[in-house]
Amino acid sequence: MALHFSKYLKQKMGYLGMINLRSWSCCFYQKQPYLSRRFESFKADKQLGSLHNGGDPQVMNFPGGIVKFTPELKFLSDTPEERIHCYRVLDDSGQPVSSNFVQIDKDIAVKMYKDMVTLQTMDTIFYDAQRQGRISFYVTAIGEEAINIGSAAALGMDDLVFPQYREAGVLLWRGFTLQDFANQCFGNKGDNGKGRQMPAHYGSNKHNYITIASTVATQIPHAVGAAYSLKMDGREACTITYFGDGGTSTGDFHAGLNFAAVMEAPVILFCRNNGWAISTPVSDQFRSDGIVVRGQAYGVRSIRVDGNDALAVFTAVHVARKMAISECRPVLIEALTYRAGHHSTSDDSSKYRPIEEIEWWRATQDPVARFRKWLEGQGWWTTPSEIELRDHARREVLHAIQVAETVEKPSLKEIFTDVYDVPPSNLCDQEKSLRKTVERHPQDYPHFLF
Amino acid sequence: MWGIIRQRAACKGNHALNLEQGIRAIALRAFSSSAKQMTVRDALNSALDEEMSADPKVFIMGEEVGEYQGAYKISKGLLDKYGPDRVVDTPITEAGFAGIGVGAAYYGLRPVIEFMTFNFSMQAIDHIINSAAKSNYMSAGQISVPIVFRGPNGAAAGVGAQHSQCYAAWYGAIPGLKVLAPYSSEDARGLLKAAIRDPDPVVFLENELLYGESFPISDEVLDSSFSLPIGKAKIEREGKDVTITAFSKMVGYALQAADILAKEGINAEVINLRTIRPLDRSTINSSVRKTNRLVTVEEGFPQHGVGAEICATVVEDSFEYLDAPVERIAGADVPMPYAANLERMAVPQVEDIVRAAKRACYRSR
Repeated sequence: MALHFSKYLKQKMGYLGMINLRSWSCCFYQKQPYLSRRFESFKADKQLGSLHNGGDPQVMNFPGGIVKFTPELKFLSDTPEERIHCYRVLDDSGQPVSSNFVQIDKDIAVKMYKDMVTLQTMDTIFYDAQRQGRISFYVTAIGEEAINIGSAAALGMDDLVFPQYREAGVLLWRGFTLQDFANQCFGNKGDNGKGRQMPAHYGSNKHNYITIASTVATQIPHAVGAAYSLKMDGREACTITYFGDGGTSTGDFHAGLNFAAVMEAPVILFCRNNGWAISTPVSDQFRSDGIVVRGQAYGVRSIRVDGNDALAVFTAVHVARKMAISECRPVLIEALTYRAGHHSTSDDSSKYRPIEEIEWWRATQDPVARFRKWLEGQGWWTTPSEIELRDHARREVLHAIQVAETVEKPSLKEIFTDVYDVPPSNLCDQEKSLRKTVERHPQDYPHFLF
Repeated sequence: MWGIIRQRAACKGNHALNLEQGIRAIALRAFSSSAKQMTVRDALNSALDEEMSADPKVFIMGEEVGEYQGAYKISKGLLDKYGPDRVVDTPITEAGFAGIGVGAAYYGLRPVIEFMTFNFSMQAIDHIINSAAKSNYMSAGQISVPIVFRGPNGAAAGVGAQHSQCYAAWYGAIPGLKVLAPYSSEDARGLLKAAIRDPDPVVFLENELLYGESFPISDEVLDSSFSLPIGKAKIEREGKDVTITAFSKMVGYALQAADILAKEGINAEVINLRTIRPLDRSTINSSVRKTNRLVTVEEGFPQHGVGAEICATVVEDSFEYLDAPVERIAGADVPMPYAANLERMAVPQVEDIVRAAKRACYRSR
């Protein structure tokens, strides 16, 4: 069957199309490859309705497939009787309440915990640094440490990450150092982003983490497009994209989900439903039962998980990744959580939500504390380790900030590089002209060292 | 494969032939001798075919590009040849498939995204500018976006306000983008090939009314390795009295105007811009320094248009050489009306260019 099919492909796609034959392998055993399915519906005579239901008056083969008729006049309900259930592994006190989860070994678990603590520490101190005027802006992921680290730990290094802006923990897991984070926030010469962007807009090719853009939800169709490319390449990898509850209202969310399903792209669509889009609560954002139910609307498999449970997040992403890669399909994960910090340093969320609510989530639903309790229950973590880790993380973060503050800013030429692959003549001329101006009036340009 | 054989005789012949484009093209074909002819549509189709054949990373995506053979038949035959992996029909969401294309380009493929017209690109303009044009800069060189956005631009015939806008000025303002506007079949082939091979995002502005027009074409242009340099304008007709700049369909009008002017003793130099960004300022300025007079022609809205930028660059670099104020010919400052008589008044006609050139030469009001 494979041999016959490959001859068919060769005829259809030519030799160069055959190079991507490996990308078809994931489709061979599951269902008819979509190539031949595409050409099926284009025989005009098949559209004659009564002939195509095989004489059965109960069904009709409309464009889109066979549907059964019903004499009942029944509207699908707008709200379900019960909301979709939320998958959780650990309860509030870190005790496993599910036997259905992916086991992780001690090394991974301890690294996960250390990174969650480091992320929490980094966020707290960098936030304060902004308040002190040392950096201009920052976004924290307070309350979403389990989402960040749990999902990152379940991915492979070849999986391409398309973040929104609250996923610094994924980059931390992959090896971005505290100094790297600080350099970007200070926009200094050590910044691999060459001082081009606002703080917290990290990006690193080395870590397969696509540079963050401020535009909301644009990363969703990007992730789908890149997943399509991965599929054509036949790689054992997927893409993952993160977005918030607010991002799901955009046109890009709709187009991305729809395309992912139609193109059968291996992408994990991870929604961090933390209840708030700046000051807009989810009740003003949508009226559906959260985001998980939208999967079915697009023909995308979906699951709802407890975003504050690192093991649940890990398991969901681990399984979703397998599905995405082996079955060439998108998977939607909705992680319910709470944005325990402000939207950003430009926001004071006590203006639109009760402080008691924020405090309750911070105190009783801290994902870091919950995971620690589980670790301690496993015998893999102790109080002395905790003290040492917290102290170490704090010192490292402070040191990174101190160093980043003293490193000089990027040189003048970085204004003009990377606009295009090769600087065009007009930019070269502008750079020459700017250098002349700086030379002529050095007192006006104290920052620029050639 | 074709050899690269320069047919100098044919090139010179092309010069004379180029002057008689437009409505006289059909009569011309009856009289032309050895030069091959090719429509702009075939030029684009052959360029796509050859680039897809040469590089398996190139793929086409857009509405109706596959099964329908392309809304304007530009991608005819490509689905059959390369399969649905590389010629992708999309659902209706320009924002969606532009974003998908950008994502594919981030990973390393070379998408050619077709907008049915550039009017619809407004739905996707956030992805074109914020996700494609700025990405290399914002990521400090880590993310390159070798994508081409192509499709018909500007006014067609009787399609009304929402299908007739010219986007050359809007996209031409954006650092990080390259913007091309071919006129002839040679332009179409050479510039599209250059655009697909370019590592930066390119906006490729075609013209629906030019698709069916036939132009003479040399063997060199037919070779699959042919390409034209981005950022270089072409002097379609040399002259010494007045410079007329134009792009896309207006090049044909400018050449017709030049013929009429020649009969009245005004020898016009016609520049086919070919590239809107980066603008070939040196060719334009050299020409104005020679002729001392400038008329810019475009179909789009006048305010903040391409002509405004050309005028500014000439005033900055060649002010002392100007003997007359710069004349700008542009579309009317109204949304495009539909009725044939109103539409005719809303786009530049040959007479408008002739009168502007005469004004620049102090020959009329």
